[in-house]
Amino acid sequence: MDFGNLASLHFFFPELLLTAATLVIVLVDLVVTDRAYLGAIAMISSAGALLLIGIEPSSEGAWLFHRMIVYDSFALFFRVLIALAAAVAVWMSIGSAEVRRCAQGEYYAVLLASTLGMFLMAESVNLLMAYLSLEIVSLTSYVLTGILEHNRRSQEAALKYLIYGGVASGTMIYGMSWLYGIAGSLDFVAINQALFAVPGVPPLTVFIALVLILAGLGYKVASVPFHMWAPDVYEGAPIPITTFLAIGSKAAGFALLTRFFYPGISRLDLGGGWTALSGVEWPQLLLVVCIITMTLGNLAALQQDNLKRLLAYSSIAQAGYALMGFVLLSNDGLRAMLVYLVAYYVMDAGAFLVVMIVANATGREDMGAYRGLAWRGGAMPAIALAIFLLSLTGIPATIGFIGKFYVFAAAIRERFYVLALFGLLNSVVSLYYYMSPVRAMFLEQPDEGAQPLAIGAWNYSLMGLLAFATIALGLYPPPVIAFAARSLHFFVGTS
Amino acid sequence: MAHPLTLITFIPLVGMILILAAPASLVRWYKWIAVASAAAQLVIAAWLYANFNTGTVAMQFTERYSWIGAYHIYYFMGVDGISISMVLLTALICFIAVFSSFSIDRAEKGYYALLMLLDTGMMGVFVALDFFLFYIFWEVMLLPMYFLIGIWGGPRREYAAIKFFLYTLLGSVLILLAMLGLYYYGAVPTFDMTELAAHSSSYTIGFQRIVWIALFIGFAIKIPAFPFHTWLPDAHVEAPTAISVILAGVLLKMGTYGILRVNFAILPAATHELAWLLLGLIGTVNIVYGAMCAMAQKDFKKLVAYSSISHMGYVMLGLASFTAAGINGAVLQMFNHGTITAMLFLLVGVIYDRTHHREIDGFGGLAQSMPIYAGITGFAFFAALGLPGLSAFISEVLVLIGAWQLHPIMATFGAATAILTAGYLLWCFQRIYLGPLNDKYAALPDLNAREIFMLVPLAAIVIVLGIYPHAILMLLNTSLVRLNHGVLTATAGPALAVH
Repeated sequence: MDFGNLASLHFFFPELLLTAATLVIVLVDLVVTDRAYLGAIAMISSAGALLLIGIEPSSEGAWLFHRMIVYDSFALFFRVLIALAAAVAVWMSIGSAEVRRCAQGEYYAVLLASTLGMFLMAESVNLLMAYLSLEIVSLTSYVLTGILEHNRRSQEAALKYLIYGGVASGTMIYGMSWLYGIAGSLDFVAINQALFAVPGVPPLTVFIALVLILAGLGYKVASVPFHMWAPDVYEGAPIPITTFLAIGSKAAGFALLTRFFYPGISRLDLGGGWTALSGVEWPQLLLVVCIITMTLGNLAALQQDNLKRLLAYSSIAQAGYALMGFVLLSNDGLRAMLVYLVAYYVMDAGAFLVVMIVANATGREDMGAYRGLAWRGGAMPAIALAIFLLSLTGIPATIGFIGKFYVFAAAIRERFYVLALFGLLNSVVSLYYYMSPVRAMFLEQPDEGAQPLAIGAWNYSLMGLLAFATIALGLYPPPVIAFAARSLHFFVGTS
Repeated sequence: MAHPLTLITFIPLVGMILILAAPASLVRWYKWIAVASAAAQLVIAAWLYANFNTGTVAMQFTERYSWIGAYHIYYFMGVDGISISMVLLTALICFIAVFSSFSIDRAEKGYYALLMLLDTGMMGVFVALDFFLFYIFWEVMLLPMYFLIGIWGGPRREYAAIKFFLYTLLGSVLILLAMLGLYYYGAVPTFDMTELAAHSSSYTIGFQRIVWIALFIGFAIKIPAFPFHTWLPDAHVEAPTAISVILAGVLLKMGTYGILRVNFAILPAATHELAWLLLGLIGTVNIVYGAMCAMAQKDFKKLVAYSSISHMGYVMLGLASFTAAGINGAVLQMFNHGTITAMLFLLVGVIYDRTHHREIDGFGGLAQSMPIYAGITGFAFFAALGLPGLSAFISEVLVLIGAWQLHPIMATFGAATAILTAGYLLWCFQRIYLGPLNDKYAALPDLNAREIFMLVPLAAIVIVLGIYPHAILMLLNTSLVRLNHGVLTATAGPALAVH
């Protein structure tokens, strides 16, 4: 189905709610003195968006706004994930000491606008729309990263982010112009038809266009060689924003990456495999990118002393594991990628949350602040962080293991043995640095007279929830698996 | 009894939850919760022993429920002759280990909770029949081990703990890889180990070799087989006594158990081809090398650790022989080594608790101040060196009878090492317990009631099994003979299926 502007609005309520909430926050900020309302509005609207996604008209899928965006189960999956990421980010923001000191009105308004951009990234089926949504996310992210006015690290991170982002998106739009030149259309379906038409387009031309486009998408998922911004930005940004970038922005990047490379420029076979354009070797290229991404992320993380930085490199490596599912050219692989992204969401959000809790109480993010955390009374944050880190390593009985199991299983099934071996050896290497905060917390003694951390019930409850989800979904993953399996459907038109 | 295997596996987990939930004012009771859990486990183990049908190769006391449908993963438990003796051993050793933990005096809540989790993980490994479930238990056990060594261990505990964790995780990921390969390229996509074994002939020999080696490395790290053994002395030296007891008494057996359960049962053709080299030869190296290293040690506990490496070599050698005697002897040796080495580590713990060092040359004449202690140590040493009439003699002889048919040279090395073993144990005994009494230790108290309570049951088992090995052998024989027959008659498939 192909809906016009008005008919499309039926499918667009969550986005409309986010738009409205952004404006309301700006207005309320002008008239109300108690800033606590702003966080509450942001919280309610991200929960509301989630609710609206849940009660939307179910449909096989449809083109919206004259084929600018699409409504299908794949987009639905990422909208849920992104709305959850926004909810976690807002929840953390309300409990964050850093955020309390900055301009709340702008902060929450821009956060919701960014969420809107991520929704659109997951739905775009048009190069122009893809570019615009990606830019919405980028621009809002620069602002959010630099929102700590008097913090030089935050300012520096925003500037670095901006410069890298500018180069990446410039490269991407140049690549898009090549693709437009080849296909004569910005529409994914039309591009697909043009690329698969006989006689075909010279493969090298297409390949160059794809590599250029990959610059923008790789930048969003922080894959090598477009990962360099991540450590500085993750370190400099307020922790709720770091979390939001790590789980939300990355998920949106994976959504667009998948939408473009799979239904965009490949074709689905009957058996659940995908056929890439012959002669255009993007799967091989991404295979190499994937291996280097996880290896480099893990090796760089070994040396880190700042927890935010450690988790930044870890999240580069984690993107590499998720890419393992992406490069397999099969629905099995994509399903594994979706399961992995859910796992990553839960455990990475949890890990950043504990880092924030410790930073709230001590003002520090380095390993020294974690020394003896388990022994200074109130061991819960230490236990929770240990659970999240072990899950990131992929130790069983956690959701992280299920994610790893799925991507490795898919790789073995598709006979990518070397890839699977690299992934597994990487998890062994990663154990070393994931265990280093655990060692500091449990194996070392606290400094003399160290007090238990002060944790409010607000942060405590989210920490408990995420830790519970990490274990519960690790022991009983069928809900996640079923959700991922149901979401693997791309609407490519009814013809 | 309904669901005995679920009960025996998860009772400690219930104990763990109780310990975690109990308020700090009940700190004296944590250990008794642990004792109660371990005792309940022991009772169920005894019930299993009494009700085990020795005449069948079928899995017994099975429980099977769907767990993750998308991958045909089941919650599937059961025991047969291969695992029943290990279930008994685990229940016994864990019970003893809880008592030997009474000397722990800080952070008891965490200690006993982790000990209970470790107990569940170990028991789960031996009763799980779904490969996925097996793998979960296998890995879950690493965590408490890391913390137990890392928090309550000796001076170099951090190094030892992470080394243990990294080594075993490396092994585990290879097992995971092999497990997925077995799933996708078999006749039917399943993680059910009995079904995988039934379709073992559907794998091509080339595939079997690769998977066999991946699994072997994974399990060999746990045994630990040369050259993957270097984590063991570190882990033992740093671990608290109870954890050493569990480590040597149960954990090492998981390696050889995995080889029997997976390599032998699911990949018999590759086993037939590779076992003499990788199990037999490396087993022989283990025996000789372990004994020689033990002889060179100055630390009492390290000596016992290396003797474990040596004794586990007999297990590998017996497995590789493909004879009824050898394979029965190997599994019996797993049980016997579990009890004897547990005694040895407890005895090391006794002296360490009193003097806070373990230098073999730093004692002397302890038999005068601690006669009961010296007596029991002498008994344990004789048991370990294979004195006829005690349990290890039977199992080692069975292994060597089997090994002779594999290769006379390997058997000769295995038999000759008995002299080295006697050498390092007696020399150690002489230096610690005989000679002039070291004045510093003239007033050491002898064994207390708790220590005697831990050691005597183990000693009794060593004597009983020395006279009447049939008590354990009758459990094993049917399943092991069938397994051995499967390996000897194995064929490989012409081509792989893919699902």
